[in-house]
Amino acid sequence: MKLLYFAWVRQKTGRSEEVVTVPADVTTVLDLVQWLRLRGGGFGEAFADEKRFRVAVNQEHALLGAVIGQDDEVAFFPPVTGG
Amino acid sequence: MNRIRVQPDDFDPGLEIAQLGAQAGAVVSFVGLVRAENSGDRLISMTLEHFPGMTERELERIANEARARWELLGVTIVHRYGELKPSERIVLVVTAASHRRAAFEAAEYLMDYLKTSAPFWKQELRQSGAYWIEARSSDDDAAARWSKG
Repeated sequence: MKLLYFAWVRQKTGRSEEVVTVPADVTTVLDLVQWLRLRGGGFGEAFADEKRFRVAVNQEHALLGAVIGQDDEVAFFPPVTGG
Repeated sequence: MNRIRVQPDDFDPGLEIAQLGAQAGAVVSFVGLVRAENSGDRLISMTLEHFPGMTERELERIANEARARWELLGVTIVHRYGELKPSERIVLVVTAASHRRAAFEAAEYLMDYLKTSAPFWKQELRQSGAYWIEARSSDDDAAARWSKG
């Protein structure tokens, strides 16, 4: 699974992207968030509050309940501020 | 038919309007600029980060939704990224239609949705330090009013 991080999520996690193999019981974005939190440190900080970040699965906005698999690309970022 | 560009370079609004409006009775354009200060804190520069690929897809999707709602002859969206200085142009939206109402409304709709769904993030370097700009609930409200009634 490919993970992407943007803006302050990228700064807190200390990376812009990575490829991970997730455990079999990680089937939704929320599962993934909880798994990433186990890393602690900047990951624990970045993912502490689910209201503060947004998610895209395969470049489309998604909710925490979205079902994901090993071939998906999941991006985490703050609420957008363009324009 | 949509002209969508995401680029670090500046753009020429007059040229973009001329290119889009050739067959139209009405052309409306909006240009967003970098402000000189934020709450009295002088701005040194603004850096825009985006999600390459998803940004273009979202802008294309928003433009197509506007076309589904209004009779438009053309839509142009140009959005910059990278480091910008105060008073520099950030974003351009141009809508062309046979009559003004569709062009006005569609331009506002495009900006409202661009601000709440296109994956861009602004970081301001101000005199007092670097700050990520927080999303505003008033922007969510502005986009939500289009789905009422």
